[in-house]
Amino acid sequence: MGKPSDLVQGTLDVLILKTLSLEPKHGWAIAKRIQQISGEVLQVQQGSLYPALHRLEQQGWLRAKWAETETGREAKFYSLTATGRKQLDQETANWRRLSAAIDLVIEHT
Amino acid sequence: MLSLDKLRVRFRMLFARRREVQRLDSELNFHLEELTAENIASGMSPTEARQKALRAFGNPILVREQAGATWSWNRLELLAHNIRIGIRTLARTPGFAIVSILIIALSIGTNAALFTVVRSVLLKPLPFREPTRLIRLYEHSTDDKFPRNDVAGGIFAEWKKQSHGFSELAILQYGLGYNLSASGGQLPEKISAAMCSWNLFPTFGVHPALGRSFSATDDQPSANATAILTWGLWKRRFGGNPTILNKAIRLDAKVYTVIGIMPPWFTYPNQSVQLWTPIYHEINAEEMQALDSHDFVVVGRLRPGLTETEATTGISLITSRIHNQHLDDPYVSKAANSQPLLDDMIGEIKRPLYVLLAAACCLLAIACLNVASLLVARGAARRRELAIRRALGGNRWRQLGEHLTESFLLSVAGGGIGLLIAQLVLRWFTNTRQGMARIESIQMDGIVVSFTVVLIVLSALLAGVISSFSVRSDQILSALQESSRSQSAGQGRVRLRRWLLSLEVGLTVVLLVGAGLLLKSYERLRSVDMGCVTRNVLTMQFSLPEEKYSQPVQRANFFSVLIERVRSLPGVRAAGVVRKLPGQGYAGDTSFFIAEHPPLPAGQMQYAMVRWADPGYFAAMGIPTLRGHTFDNRQWLGGASQVIISQSFAHQYFGDESPIGKHLLTRVLPAINPALFQGRHYGEIVGVVGDTRFQVSRDPQGVMYFPVYAGTFGSAALAVQSDQEVNRLSLPIQRIVQQLDPDLAIADILTMDQIIGQSAMDSSFNATLLFVFAVFSLVLSAVGLFGVLSYLVAQRTTEIGIRIALGAQRDEVLRLTLLDGLRPALIGLAIGLFGGIAAAQFIRSMLYGINPFDPAVFVCVAGILLLVATAACVAPAWQASRLDPMTALRAE
Repeated sequence: MGKPSDLVQGTLDVLILKTLSLEPKHGWAIAKRIQQISGEVLQVQQGSLYPALHRLEQQGWLRAKWAETETGREAKFYSLTATGRKQLDQETANWRRLSAAIDLVIEHT
Repeated sequence: MLSLDKLRVRFRMLFARRREVQRLDSELNFHLEELTAENIASGMSPTEARQKALRAFGNPILVREQAGATWSWNRLELLAHNIRIGIRTLARTPGFAIVSILIIALSIGTNAALFTVVRSVLLKPLPFREPTRLIRLYEHSTDDKFPRNDVAGGIFAEWKKQSHGFSELAILQYGLGYNLSASGGQLPEKISAAMCSWNLFPTFGVHPALGRSFSATDDQPSANATAILTWGLWKRRFGGNPTILNKAIRLDAKVYTVIGIMPPWFTYPNQSVQLWTPIYHEINAEEMQALDSHDFVVVGRLRPGLTETEATTGISLITSRIHNQHLDDPYVSKAANSQPLLDDMIGEIKRPLYVLLAAACCLLAIACLNVASLLVARGAARRRELAIRRALGGNRWRQLGEHLTESFLLSVAGGGIGLLIAQLVLRWFTNTRQGMARIESIQMDGIVVSFTVVLIVLSALLAGVISSFSVRSDQILSALQESSRSQSAGQGRVRLRRWLLSLEVGLTVVLLVGAGLLLKSYERLRSVDMGCVTRNVLTMQFSLPEEKYSQPVQRANFFSVLIERVRSLPGVRAAGVVRKLPGQGYAGDTSFFIAEHPPLPAGQMQYAMVRWADPGYFAAMGIPTLRGHTFDNRQWLGGASQVIISQSFAHQYFGDESPIGKHLLTRVLPAINPALFQGRHYGEIVGVVGDTRFQVSRDPQGVMYFPVYAGTFGSAALAVQSDQEVNRLSLPIQRIVQQLDPDLAIADILTMDQIIGQSAMDSSFNATLLFVFAVFSLVLSAVGLFGVLSYLVAQRTTEIGIRIALGAQRDEVLRLTLLDGLRPALIGLAIGLFGGIAAAQFIRSMLYGINPFDPAVFVCVAGILLLVATAACVAPAWQASRLDPMTALRAE
């Protein structure tokens, strides 16, 4: 296996949305969270994380707010908007269908 | 759909963009600091921790740009950025920027102005109701010489009675004016007017702004005299006072009631008409019923559902039926023709205007090519910079964007100034061409502004795209290498510039050929022999009012006393009276028979122009008496029995035979002296005089002169020849007229040269304008040639230095460089001469007295172009040949 970080095109969006579905987080925390949950398999590059966050915000799926972190520093917290939540459901469903299909192909050939 | 969240973001990104940029910075900083903190926590030193964090994070500037690229309005920001860069780049070379902007401004300005004229005059529909259904009708003369002849009153009456193709048919006559009598402290004035049938205004669908239109009862001989004024006359003469309505004014000393004022924009049939009267009231019934006296203009409105051809065919059939009933009178026309009213009004100016617009377009193309060429040159100078930027990862499309933005900036600035220039040009145009058809409708509007915007975009694209061909950034390496030595830099770029130059020179040659032909034709026109003296001849027009001078004896007395008194003025060498002067137009003809010749075969026409003159007129105008003598002093009122003919007349109808003593039967003399007719005593030809031209650009035609002292007409022109500055006589003559009749208005006090000048006005105007365009483009091309060759020489300094160091002859270097620069000019000249032949064909109808392929003009143009091109190339070539090899080699 090569570098563990390369994400399938378009999956970063769904990971970000999912990560934010429980509570608002800042960029650093999102990256950390994805890394932790995936058992260090998925490494989110800053070069793709921030453009993605900003793109999702521009599309109205994320809302950003400046707030204090637990260490008392100002950081930009992202949270899901209502449309963002709908988008998450849709993308999750898409992902399920896609991965199930890939599974089928891999197992039957 | 745009959700509320999205809208909120959009709004913030537009209005709080600067804050967002700062926030992005602090967001990324926060991330970096967290990363560093994590590294410290895992036991690294702070410096090490930060360095590792930076390495892991990647290029923060790139991340920032990539995140920023996802924002909305990003394109707008990029545009603003490009514009900033563009302005900065242009400001760095202000000379280039100012020159380019001025070039574009001038050419876009002239284009916008000429387009405004073309659109307002040629393309805009007439401001009447359903203007495309308005048709002008003509008679087609029996001898086919006049397919668009004026209409006889009787023919019109039949058309009106029998035709089904037109819902309205109106008749009018104009050209003769009225004497508006002095009133309210104002001087008497001769005003131009039209007599029209009562339904002319309803035909156009136009109503008076004040008062009422003519009614059918106004338009008959027994009605009270009525008149409708133009808005302009009402404002000027009657102070815009509405109480003038239903009040009396005196025209030709008769009382007329003013019944209406037309709206300010309305004018028909031309700009100079200031008043309308009902035609059937003004002109006697006999003339309005004549079938063979072609004196009237007829306008019709097509019946709905019919085409022009269908309606005209009907009219033509009626005409030919009448013709067949009057086969003994060949002057009853055999058919009818038509054309849309708009075409009738603009027919003569259509082609010249399109030619001028085409020339302006050429000018714009030349300007764009020139700016493109300048941009290419600058692109070449900046090639290394661009290559370095590309090598460092600069975006190629972004560079192209910057490049295009730059040419857009030039075009927009130029176009903006150009619109102002267009305003000035239009003001000048409307002032100098006041007599032109529809000149009053010239106005800039939305379409013109859109046209200008399109021109701006097109010229920006043309200049930008052409020049960006040379900024090919796929050859970074070669660019970087090339710039390290300058022997053979950028051959491709130079080739492109050469092609641009060839095109530019080609277009210039086309313009030069056009201008040359028109100038030569104008020069021919001005040097035409009018057949009379034109220097120091003063002329003025009179019209004796019918009411006050109802008897022929009154008119004859007036003229004879006037001439006598004017002749006795100091400084007057000679004076004469004639109904129309040379250069004042055709002014009517009449049929005649020669008594001594066998009768004409049935249906054959024989007619010639008619003039009325006093015995001294020929001497006063320097028209030579070739045979016989002028009228004797018995040619007074009913005693008038003599005719003088022009040389062309004599030649055409008498050949070698002597016309003196022969007799002409015309309708003219018997009308004065019925005895002549009844006794079958015809007018006797007593003299043959030299030909004169009725219009500068038309060859002389046969003329019959009758004695003005017959008193038939009250309107005439006085011509006075002097040996001194003739304008000085104007006041004394006016004083004499005032003594004779204080109410009489004098019109058009002009010298003969001015009359001819007016007659050649269009020709002079077109030639001058085209000449200005041609000179401007010649200068542009010369600048272009100079620029390219200077650039080439600068680029090849080292190479030339080496050559000279190796012993190349300086003369040889001069010759080579010169040829190098002249090659595009020669190619352009060849292209241009071909183009010129096509252009000459196009302007053929505007030329007088010269062949469109006049070899002198073409040779002259080629000569001038080569001369200018050589002059432009000599300086750089000379510079090259004088290079000091040591300096040149050290310059590297």
